[in-house]
Amino acid sequence: MVEWTAAERRHVEAVWSKIDIDVCGPLALQRCLIVYPWTQRYFGSFGDLSTDAAIVGNPKVAAHGVVALTGLRTALDHMDEIKSTYAALSVLHSEKLHVDPDNFRLLCECLTIVVAGKMGKKMSPEMQAAWQKYLCAVVSALGRQYH
Amino acid sequence: MSLTSKQKATVKDFFSKMSTRSDDIGAEALSRLVAVYPQTKSYFSHWKDASPGSAPVRKHGITIMGGVYDAVGKIDDLKGGLLSLSELHAFMLRVDPVNFKLLAHCMLVCMSMIFPEEFTPQVHVAVDKFLAQLALALAEKYR
Repeated sequence: MVEWTAAERRHVEAVWSKIDIDVCGPLALQRCLIVYPWTQRYFGSFGDLSTDAAIVGNPKVAAHGVVALTGLRTALDHMDEIKSTYAALSVLHSEKLHVDPDNFRLLCECLTIVVAGKMGKKMSPEMQAAWQKYLCAVVSALGRQYH
Repeated sequence: MSLTSKQKATVKDFFSKMSTRSDDIGAEALSRLVAVYPQTKSYFSHWKDASPGSAPVRKHGITIMGGVYDAVGKIDDLKGGLLSLSELHAFMLRVDPVNFKLLAHCMLVCMSMIFPEEFTPQVHVAVDKFLAQLALALAEKYR
């Protein structure tokens, strides 16, 4: 189980309080598809992803960005049981969606950069550390049921 | 994943925009490296204080950023241009190359923080690729 200090819990909550999921979700997924274009392999049914402008204007990408970020937020209410919280989602990503778990890390990197852009220096180094620890825990839980 | 000529131009342009804040970005990036990845402090055991925001960390972050700017000027031949820096890292400093990626991530976070409008996905991918090429050039002489 992941151990959290009181300060880390406060930092993670503080970051989430600055995140508008409807804005940051789409931005993070768009950035991931542009910066790491091989991630587009999972979105064949989303229509036009052929240019950066197409990705940014694609409503299915935006909608899915909201879904993914909402999923990432779930751990906030279950910080002491992250592994079990994501067990079913992990099975889904492995057995049905067949997503290489390294993609979770790539999306989270893009999310951190989007959030950093919104928060500026208000995201202190200690806050960034706690935030990345949170994302690491979720990424690990999502990759756990792969076999 | 080498840089297209358009991406090289994007990198040069963004770094030029960044130049007034480059010291701050360098200092912040190294502070964040030791905060987010505490194992990196193992390379700085000879400093009195290797905590985020400390004077030696900020000073060294500025030094590193100077090296990155120097590399921008050598973007057409990073391997050749960074030969002696690579030898320094390989034979003297012996920094595990995995850490180059960690510092690059912290630099990207700082760039996004300080230039949120300018650090578009297009700039992001170009700078990410550049830093990856830089890391490869730095690791060239390792073995």
